[in-house]
Amino acid sequence: MREPPAILAEGLSKTFGDLRALDGVDLAVPAGSVLGLLGPNGAGKTTTVRILTTLLRPDAGRARVAGWDVVRQPAAVRSVIGLAGQFAAVDEHLSGRENLVMAGRLHHLGRADTDRRAAELLDQFELAEAADRLVRTWSGGMRRRLDLAASLVGRPAVLFLDEPSGGLDPRGRHRLWQAVRGLVDDGATVLLTTQYLEEADQLAGHIVVIDRGRVIAQGTSGQLKSQVGGDRLQLRLASSAAAGPAAELVADLGCGPQRVDAKAGEVTLPITDGVAVLPEVVRRLDAAGLALSDLTLRRPTLDDVFLALTGHPTQRSRT
Amino acid sequence: MSTAAPRNTWTLAVADTAVMTRRYLYHYLRKPSLLGIALVQPVLFVLLWTYVFSGAIQVPGGIEYVDYLMPGLFILAIAFGSANTGVGLAEDLGRGLIDRFRALPMARPALLAGRTLADTLRNIFVVLLMVAVGHAVGFRFHAGLAVALAAVAVPLAVGFLLSWISALIGLTVGDPETAGTASLLPVIPLAFTSSTFVPVATMPGWLQAWAKINPITHAVDATRALALGGPTSGPLLQAIAWILGSLAVVVPLAIHRYRRVGQ
Repeated sequence: MREPPAILAEGLSKTFGDLRALDGVDLAVPAGSVLGLLGPNGAGKTTTVRILTTLLRPDAGRARVAGWDVVRQPAAVRSVIGLAGQFAAVDEHLSGRENLVMAGRLHHLGRADTDRRAAELLDQFELAEAADRLVRTWSGGMRRRLDLAASLVGRPAVLFLDEPSGGLDPRGRHRLWQAVRGLVDDGATVLLTTQYLEEADQLAGHIVVIDRGRVIAQGTSGQLKSQVGGDRLQLRLASSAAAGPAAELVADLGCGPQRVDAKAGEVTLPITDGVAVLPEVVRRLDAAGLALSDLTLRRPTLDDVFLALTGHPTQRSRT
Repeated sequence: MSTAAPRNTWTLAVADTAVMTRRYLYHYLRKPSLLGIALVQPVLFVLLWTYVFSGAIQVPGGIEYVDYLMPGLFILAIAFGSANTGVGLAEDLGRGLIDRFRALPMARPALLAGRTLADTLRNIFVVLLMVAVGHAVGFRFHAGLAVALAAVAVPLAVGFLLSWISALIGLTVGDPETAGTASLLPVIPLAFTSSTFVPVATMPGWLQAWAKINPITHAVDATRALALGGPTSGPLLQAIAWILGSLAVVVPLAIHRYRRVGQ
C-alpha cells in the first residue's frame, strides 16, 4: 500500500482585498521527501506556507498535513509541524537556551526531554557558546540559526521553511542544508520556499514553480532545467553592432531560442553541452572577425526559468 | 504519531499560560528601563497630586484629601501601565513571534492570558509601592487588613481588564506606537470625569450625569469605600458587575483576534 502524502493541497485559493494571492494551488509531497517551492517575491509562497501551517484559512480548497485537515484539525497539525518563517522569530529578551526551552515546554515535551533537546540543537547549530547570553546581543545570522533550531524542537514530522537561507552567510547556509538533509534522513518531510534555483536544486527532490498564485511548472530539478534549456552562454561583443551577426553565426549551436540585447551587444544562448559548444563558438566568431569583450557560461537563474516558462521575467527584474 | 486531543486540555492550558507568564515577567526584569518607568510613574503620581492638590481641595465628610485621592491614583497608575500590554503584543506581532506561537501546539488563550497575568503581577508591585509612598505622605487604610487587601484587589481587577482591552487594541492595530497611544487615549478623559480627583457632587449637573455612570467612578468608589471604611456593597457590586461584564466581551474578542491575526 502506498503511504499517503505528508502534504496534500487541492485548489488552495486566497484573496487579500483585490489581490489574488493564491489561485488554485495543488501540491502533493510524499512523506520523507523535500519539496522546493520556487517563485519570485509575491508569487504566493508565504501564503501557501501560512495556510499549510494553520496560520491562515484558505478562501477555497483543502489541505492535509500528515493526514490532518489544516482547517478542521489545526491543533493536530500544529503538533506535528515545525515552522521557520522569513524573519528570525526569537525572543531577544531571553537567552538562546531559554528560547528553545520555551518552545519545548509549549510542545509539551517534558522537562528533562526539553533540556536535552535544547542542548542538542544548540550544539548542532554551533550556538552552545552563546547559549546563555540574551539573544539581543546576538548577530543576525545567529538569531536566524536559533530560529531554525526552535522550529526543530518538537521533532516535526513535517517541517516548513520559508526562505530559510535569507540572512545566512554561505557557512550558515551550508549548515542549514546539512540539517535539512539530516532531518530527511530521519524520515521527516520538508517544504521549503526559495527564490534561488540553486538552493532548490541542492535540497529538493521535487520543485514546484509558482507565479502569481498559480503553479506554472513542476518536476525534478533536472526536468525543469531541461525545460529551461540547460546552461546559459552569454557573449558580449566588443562592438554592440556585432550582436546581430554573431547571434546568426551561433544560432544552430543552442538548444533553444537565443536572446539578443542589441544595445548592450549581448547574446544569451541556451546550451546543453558547454564543453563542446564553447570552443566552436569562439572559433566561429574568430573566423568571422567578431571580437568578444566577455564570455560567460552560467547556470540558469530564476529569471531564466521564468522567461522560459512564462515568457515574462520575474517581477523583481521587471521593476 | 501524536493524537488530536491531548489527555488533559486544561492542565496543558494552565502549563502553557505559566510558560508565557514567565516569559513576559523576564521581559520586565531584563528591560530595566521598562520596569523603571512602570515603577517611577506611580510614585510621581502620588507625590505630585497629593502635594499640589491637598491644600486646595476640601472633600466633604472630614476626610483627608490624601485618603480620598489614593484609591483613585491606584487605578489611574494601573490604567497608564496597561498600555504596555498592547505595545508588547504589537512588538511580538511585528517580530513574527505571534506567528511562531500560533503554529505551536499550545493552548489558544495561553499567550494573551500569560501576558495579562504577568502585567497583573507587575501591577501588584505598583500598588504596593504606591501604598508605601502614600504611607509616607499620610495615606492610611482605615478598615483593617483584610478589607485593605480587597481595596487593592479592585484596582488590580481593573488593570486586568484594561490589559485585555489593550491586548485587543495591540493585536488589531499591529503597531507598537499606535497601540500605546490608542490604549492611553481614553484613560485621561475617563479618569478626570470620574470621582478620581473630586467628588461627583461638586461637578456641573450635565457632567454629574456622565460621572455617575462612568465605570471608573464605580471602581474608584468601591476602592475608596474599602480603603476608608463605610458602606461598600453598592459601589463594589457595581464595579464587579462591569468588570466581569466587560471581561466577558473583551476576552473572547481578543482571543478571536489572536486566532485570526494576519487574515
